[in-house]
Amino acid sequence: MKIIVTSIFVQDQEKALKFYSEKLGFVKKEDVPTGEYRWLTLVSPDEQDGTELLLEPNAHPAAKEYQKKLFAEGIPVTMFGVEDIHEEYKQLMEKGVKFTMEPTRMGELTIAVLDDTCGNLIQLIEK
Amino acid sequence: MSLNKDAIFKALADSTRRLILDELSERNEMTLYELTARLIMKHNLSISRQAIAKHLTTLENAELIKSKKKGKYRVIVFNNQPLKNLLKGWIE
Repeated sequence: MKIIVTSIFVQDQEKALKFYSEKLGFVKKEDVPTGEYRWLTLVSPDEQDGTELLLEPNAHPAAKEYQKKLFAEGIPVTMFGVEDIHEEYKQLMEKGVKFTMEPTRMGELTIAVLDDTCGNLIQLIEK
Repeated sequence: MSLNKDAIFKALADSTRRLILDELSERNEMTLYELTARLIMKHNLSISRQAIAKHLTTLENAELIKSKKKGKYRVIVFNNQPLKNLLKGWIE
């Protein structure tokens, strides 16, 4: 068994696609119309056959509630790994990405948290 | 004022709450998530989110912290004014 897809709720698939590709640098992999929405996935440019990130519509009220409550407390919905978190932070800040937590050393890790503008906070980790 | 004094000393009597103030004084503001991560990952405390929330209530009652809304999320801010007021009579 493999983890082939992981999903994230977004308010607007097109807007999310823009953010995740233009700001975070992921690459669009699948884009299939499915009725009202799309089956829309991205992959890391470094691992194009790796786990896909599915941008899933948050149309269900429970999804919106889940997003809102986690966001309010600053809790990230998922985490991405980076080579050099301080460099990444600098570049993303230059692209206008907002952080709720700047790179912070936590024992063995350094973590930071950014706002994906689609209703989620995302944590970056450098191990 | 004397009621508030009791609340301040009660808030400061606990080492976890003092640690929370240490962490908050390092940054101007922090989300609850960041504070929790710092206590658990940086200081290796085994503490639940509920326990942290309770400590924050005690600190809030002493007016040593304030919770501010920042767009879609909330941040916790250290307010050291009550401490200054408290010590003024003794120190100056």
